[in-house]
Amino acid sequence: MTREEIVNKLRERFGADAFSTSEFRDNYRIILPVERVYSVLEYLKISCGFDLLAELGGADYLQYPNARDRYGVWYVLVNTTTGVRLIVKTFTNDPEPTVPSVYPLWKGADWMEREVYDMYGVVFDGHPDLRRILLPDEFTSFPMRKDYPMRGRGERHNFPIISRPES
Amino acid sequence: MAVEGLSESVMVTQLDKLANWVRKNSLWPMPFATACCGIELMATGASRHDIARFGAEAMRFTPRQCDLMIVAGRVAMKMLPVLQRIWLQMPEPKWCISMGACASSGGVFDTYAVVQGIDRFIPVDVYVPGCPPRPEQLLQSVIDLQDKIQRTGTIAGKEFQIPAQGHPPRSLAVDVPPTERMVAPGNYATATRLQSE
Amino acid sequence: MPLELADAIATPDGPEQEYLWTLNFGPQHPATHTTLRLILTLDGETIVKAVPDIGYLHSGFEKLGEHLDYNQYVTIVDRKNYISPVANEIAWFAAVEKLMDIQLTPRCQYIRVIFNELMRIHDHLLCCGAAALDLGGFTAFLYAFNQKEKIYDICERASGQRFHPSFLRVGGLLRDVDETWIDMVRAFVRDFPKAWNDIVRLLNRNRIFIERTKDIGVLSKEEATNLSCTGPIARASGVVRDLRKDEPYLAYKDFDFKVICAREGDCFARYLVRMDEMLESCKIIHQAIENLPSGPVNVDADSKVVMPNQLSVYRSIEGLIHHFELIMTNRQWHTPVDEVYAAIESPNGELGYYLIADGSGVAYRTRTRPPSFIHFATFPYMIVGHQVSDVVAVLGSLNIIAAELDR
Ligand code: SF4
Repeated sequence: MTREEIVNKLRERFGADAFSTSEFRDNYRIILPVERVYSVLEYLKISCGFDLLAELGGADYLQYPNARDRYGVWYVLVNTTTGVRLIVKTFTNDPEPTVPSVYPLWKGADWMEREVYDMYGVVFDGHPDLRRILLPDEFTSFPMRKDYPMRGRGERHNFPIISRPES
Repeated sequence: MAVEGLSESVMVTQLDKLANWVRKNSLWPMPFATACCGIELMATGASRHDIARFGAEAMRFTPRQCDLMIVAGRVAMKMLPVLQRIWLQMPEPKWCISMGACASSGGVFDTYAVVQGIDRFIPVDVYVPGCPPRPEQLLQSVIDLQDKIQRTGTIAGKEFQIPAQGHPPRSLAVDVPPTERMVAPGNYATATRLQSE
Repeated sequence: MPLELADAIATPDGPEQEYLWTLNFGPQHPATHTTLRLILTLDGETIVKAVPDIGYLHSGFEKLGEHLDYNQYVTIVDRKNYISPVANEIAWFAAVEKLMDIQLTPRCQYIRVIFNELMRIHDHLLCCGAAALDLGGFTAFLYAFNQKEKIYDICERASGQRFHPSFLRVGGLLRDVDETWIDMVRAFVRDFPKAWNDIVRLLNRNRIFIERTKDIGVLSKEEATNLSCTGPIARASGVVRDLRKDEPYLAYKDFDFKVICAREGDCFARYLVRMDEMLESCKIIHQAIENLPSGPVNVDADSKVVMPNQLSVYRSIEGLIHHFELIMTNRQWHTPVDEVYAAIESPNGELGYYLIADGSGVAYRTRTRPPSFIHFATFPYMIVGHQVSDVVAVLGSLNIIAAELDR
């Protein structure tokens, strides 16, 4: 199945204006509203054979030129039999950025979703164990957001000091 | 230093000197290898460079058997309480080599998550520059440390009682305005983090 | 992270579960190589549940990528997977060059291929050597390090740094390689199969090694795909997928090589796949070094994406202007305002970059698809039901690089 056939199938199934598509170099993207993400991904996995979730990531579009939504989440899907790649993309917004979890479809999404949550605070609805993964549990901000300074807010200096005589 | 009446094979020395000589030639490193520098540390131990020539090949991974901590690689915020706890677990006398730019100063990682030099939080004896330092540099630092032990060591560990000369880097924790400050400190005694104040 | 382990694990209550106990493994443990931490729930010696706890080396790589320009970021990319630094650079520039639509010169492509394969050998050597070391085979580790040092020398000759070469640039390389480098690579290709043989003779029929790796940490084909595994780990489980063949990048179309696969999906299969891949890589290097095209390594300076050479900066006004335009922080590259995903087959699996560009010389967002991160997520599935001593074998076969894991 080529990309065009898949997109046509999706159009048939979900209606012509359910999503928009864009193409850049060899990347083919399907842009969806967040409500429809889960059903489309499920359809792609079950009926179109996209069995590998190659990558799941997020970004904060706060200062991006002409951006309308704040957080983007993308899924790079691969059909391991035919080798077709497809990128599904969705957007979500403050105050409670939420995206449905695809853990029930691909178990590999587990940690990747936790990472996006850790870095951006995007909540994945239905994830079985959504905790911080890379940063300490007590960390209160989401460091990859564009309004968080690169050098942090002083967390890295905030430890007791051990000197020679006392050790 | 032959004393009259003793045969040639007897040597008189100070007990401190003897202890130093013994200590410096059998350093047992505790490789605290976190990142890329750790691979160079492995290379130093492996075939071509062979740290055994300097009597420091007995790498022990339990801090209680070691007297030299080699911190190789950057130390992240989450790792620092672990580092401090390991340092406190090592018995006296103990020394610390900070290997690589990251451990010494944060290196290229001037970001929110990396401690900007372990010497802000634990004492360090020898710094090794480089990213990563070549194994030869690490060997040189071991030689330098041996030299330091020979010069300053005492059998009772008195040199550790006096605060080090020269100033350790200023604590930066105060630089942050209180409104900006976030509480993520580690308590090294219990290795748990403090709750917010 | 508090060390109160009990609440990190949701052990089911009830009297029949009370004999379970908890073991903390890491973050400073010799067998974890770097900074991994596992919280294991044990029934006697059998592992009932494993909860990895990562982030002990999180250093904000991706945040740094939003503050350094496309060329500067190469130094940071190097440090991501420090066992195969140049493979990371190749992946990063694959994304950047796809974004800017740059066609590399044939010579540059060949040199990149050679480096990619050298890195594959380097990575697999360390992985197999360290796995043997953890299981008690010290000699294999020393043999592996001997060869590793030769690859370091090759990197040092090309770029001046043995460990983090930072050798690639947008649209080309830092500089061209010289005859001595070519001879060094030739010598390496000539000598490597013999050294490889030594390691194989030590391990492949070694009773202890086999008993400790066979049928340990089995991953079935379906599981491997579902858990997003790629690279040697997926191939050891029978997934025939190699980006070098499936989506040929650089000059991989020109070379003749096999994709090594196995069916068993256990630690021994992963070890065998890695060992055989080394020989295939050696074959590719041999073909590439003998057919190395001549010509420039950088794309044409008129395209305004590569640094002009020093002579033209000093001698001509155009060169000076090019240089100025690329260095000044408010000029630099003019990229499309768009996003791109590019992936290569790194030694560890699919290594991809999702790059969002906002038209300036600095990326807006650089997201890595880190194979180590994804492979470590499979660990809890593999280890359940095995013994504590098997943790070491499985970790060794997964080849987790902490810097890539935590970024
Ligand atoms: S100093 Fe360089 S080589 Fe060492 S840990 Fe830091 S980045 Fe890695």
